[in-house]
Amino acid sequence: MIGYVQNQAPVSLDVRGVRYAYPDGHVALHGVDLAVPRGERVALLGPNGAGKTTLVLHLNGILTATEGTVRVGGLTVSRDRGTLAEIRRRVGIVFQDPDDQLFLPTVAEDVAFGPANLGLRGAELAARVDEALAAVGMGEHRDRAPHHLSFGQRRRVAVATVLAMRPEILVLDEPSSNLDPAARRELAEILRSLSVTLLMVTHDLPYALELCDRSVILDEGRIVADAPTRTLLANQELLSTHRLELPYGFTPHTPHP
Amino acid sequence: MGAGHAHVLYRESTSPVHRLPPEVKIAAMVLFTLAVVATPRAAFWAFGGYALLVAVVAGLARVGPGWLLSRAAIELPFVLFAFALPFLGAGERVDVAGLSLSVDGLLGGWNIIAKGTLGVLASLLLAATTTTRDLIVGLDRLRCPQILTQIATFMLRYLDVLVGEARRMRVARVSRGDDPRFLWQLRGFAAGVGALFLRAFERGERVYLAMVSRGYSGRMPAVWQGAGAATAGQWLVGAAVPLVAATIAATAVALT
Repeated sequence: MIGYVQNQAPVSLDVRGVRYAYPDGHVALHGVDLAVPRGERVALLGPNGAGKTTLVLHLNGILTATEGTVRVGGLTVSRDRGTLAEIRRRVGIVFQDPDDQLFLPTVAEDVAFGPANLGLRGAELAARVDEALAAVGMGEHRDRAPHHLSFGQRRRVAVATVLAMRPEILVLDEPSSNLDPAARRELAEILRSLSVTLLMVTHDLPYALELCDRSVILDEGRIVADAPTRTLLANQELLSTHRLELPYGFTPHTPHP
Repeated sequence: MGAGHAHVLYRESTSPVHRLPPEVKIAAMVLFTLAVVATPRAAFWAFGGYALLVAVVAGLARVGPGWLLSRAAIELPFVLFAFALPFLGAGERVDVAGLSLSVDGLLGGWNIIAKGTLGVLASLLLAATTTTRDLIVGLDRLRCPQILTQIATFMLRYLDVLVGEARRMRVARVSRGDDPRFLWQLRGFAAGVGALFLRAFERGERVYLAMVSRGYSGRMPAVWQGAGAATAGQWLVGAAVPLVAATIAATAVALT
């Protein structure tokens, strides 16, 4: 369960001492340290306003840290154009609202947008699109319009749009929000089947337990806890300090079958 | 706008007109309309020729006259003025069924109605045989400035989202007892429009962030334009309609 501590695999994401202050002076991140080894799935927990989204936007260089560094697969995020392009290939962010992510008239065009920006064309591009859509089980819907799909299907396509760029790390913002129970489970199955490093921002603690062996809690711009998910969720005091709560009737103490 | 309303005018079919590449159809429609507009108004036989041409294309596209005419009603508000012209026009007058009408006004009204109707019918045929998506692809292939086709693309994608948001806001407003019956009670609606604008603006920001995250750097990648562009043969087939129309127009100009 805690094998990641000894894991010697190369590091997908290495965030060191990241501090960020918004232009109005509000400090959102007070020195964040986070390392995610390749292939691991980590949940990023924390109350609203903790700085989770701000941290996510640092990972692909949309925001630039006031202090500290972010390295993705060994490459340091900088303002240099070429570096940024490669960083954005390596970090695939799936935003919370799929309608923000899917902006083209058909599913296939949207999935092709990322790899086309990387310079892929023709058969190679088509192969990427097919591969990504197959990975989320949406291959048969490639020519449909995003607004004709169900919400769960749109979220799966949103995942495909970044998978098509073959990212080093997949970052999901609230992946289970607004999904019905079946769509939530189907998405979990898809995410578990992907062999990619995964960082998942969520308030859905059972979902974190289901998908991620390890969780970190971010509060007031600091990482305040970093432990196996089961251990974290069993610590009632820690959770309530940071405005996190398990759904009514849930206890993570029950032994895993 | 739910799922079924995406193509208000488009008619699913596999007719030869449907299979023509969109850029050919757009070019043919524009040239046809130009020929119609350039025709002298008194050359009545020429307009008969154009109408015949439209009928032939509609037949090829398997679009029925009922469908075409009912949708052509959209032009009515625009040609209403044409009906006033015979009464308002100056100059020589004729008596028709006891009404004294201006000859110049009659011709002017005829001019507007005939040319307007032919233009609307041609546009309807284009819309009936081409999906909105293909229209944008066609404009793109005709070297229409990319910024315009991009705006059209975004409109096509986000119209449904915006309409959905507006509808949810209205339902929430009505659920709280807002029931505007008179113009001065529209305050809630007006505030809603403002809120909708803000939401659209914020969504624009988020969409842009998501695009940048996938490597967008200010230019849309030219992805699918290469595939399926019109061949010389298809251009020739498509040229038939504007060529016939141009011949009619040229003859009409020469005769009057």
